[in-house]
Amino acid sequence: MTRLTSILLFWVVFVGLLVLDQSRFDKPRPEPPAVLMGSGIAASGGHCSGR
Amino acid sequence: MSVSQSSRLGIVFLAIAGVVTITFLAGVQAGLLVLIGIGFGLALQGFGFGFTGGWRRMIQARDPSGMLAQMALMVVASALALPLLAAFPEELVGAVAPISWSLIIGAFVFGIAMQLADGCGSGSLNKAGAGNIYSWAVMPSFIFGSFVGASHQPAWLSLGGPLDALAPDPSLGFSVNLLPAFGSTGAILVNVLICVMVGLVFFKMRAAATAHSGTPGSASGLASTVWNMPWLKAAAVIGILYAIHLAVAGQPWGIVYGLGLWGAKIAAGLGVNLADDAFWGVAPHAARLTEPVLWDITSLTNIGLLFGTMAASRWTNPDSAKNFLSARQWVIGLAAGLVLGYSARLAFGCNIGGFLGGVASASLHGWVWFAMAFLGSIFGVALRKRLGMG
Repeated sequence: MTRLTSILLFWVVFVGLLVLDQSRFDKPRPEPPAVLMGSGIAASGGHCSGR
Repeated sequence: MSVSQSSRLGIVFLAIAGVVTITFLAGVQAGLLVLIGIGFGLALQGFGFGFTGGWRRMIQARDPSGMLAQMALMVVASALALPLLAAFPEELVGAVAPISWSLIIGAFVFGIAMQLADGCGSGSLNKAGAGNIYSWAVMPSFIFGSFVGASHQPAWLSLGGPLDALAPDPSLGFSVNLLPAFGSTGAILVNVLICVMVGLVFFKMRAAATAHSGTPGSASGLASTVWNMPWLKAAAVIGILYAIHLAVAGQPWGIVYGLGLWGAKIAAGLGVNLADDAFWGVAPHAARLTEPVLWDITSLTNIGLLFGTMAASRWTNPDSAKNFLSARQWVIGLAAGLVLGYSARLAFGCNIGGFLGGVASASLHGWVWFAMAFLGSIFGVALRKRLGMG
């Protein structure tokens, strides 16, 4: 397999999974501020440190 | 127009289309995080910056240049991020974790596995994005290991830590956050001091190796080499992007949480019931399984990073050599990826979430992570030799 084939195959699989995941949800996102700093809203995302 | 130019235009078009699509689907913050992720990928791949190779060069050849670039990254990220964390304590959250047995064991094992997987968290994504064939073995098991490791993390945390008796509340574990104790300036100075000390130790090790081999070399010569190499520029760029990420997302850059989430989503999609899972079945992680991946912060930067490394690799080096994995490489890659993912969740993250995130949040667990993972890498490098991996 060439590197280009590997890249193309990877992105086909990866984007396919993303599309599949996205298609399972139709709810609108309660959109967070574009930049959280200074917004008055606390961070709430998941992180490796345990939150 | 040459083929190369049209390829490059295609990459730029795909990047714009991807960012616009994700912004449309998940909002402006999501689009910004993908852009930042692309920046991380371009910097890592474009400058050839990595943790695994730098550590291996230090261990095998006593070449400290990669280590010094990593210390430079710690200084830049700390100097930019700690004042932000101090100024916006209500909105921005650092990566602070206890010094637990799970951290000590997890980081040590991660250090071994990263040498066998030939990449840490960012390095494995970097290689996958750039089309490295070995990633086909490492990445799927890395994702599965992150998912299972997160699931087992609460059990590992229940073991406590060696210093819990010193904690005000031993049930929460012993964590040290230098930011409230010393303020941002004091915490930055402590980190700079540790980085200088680590750098000096590696310089001394190089000097001792040089004296032993009789090869002439000088500290000033090495300093000149380090200063001129692209890794140091990468350290500056990644450090700046790290601070921008913190401002946009409200939390430090992380990688492995997103991979574990992808694993959990795949498992749930295959019918695995995670409702009673100790990690994925409880808030806030359970809620993330009911949302699209594009709403998750670490997933967004991971997607950007993958694209950025692909773009950088195709931009400069569109090689088309054929590569195949031997059965032995498949086995080693699958096993190493599995252990890499599992141990990363025990250790509160990989080189990015655990080491960089911890240090740039002034949490002592970041330096403990580094010490244990580097120790593990010494064993990992020896194991590579025994397995014929060089």
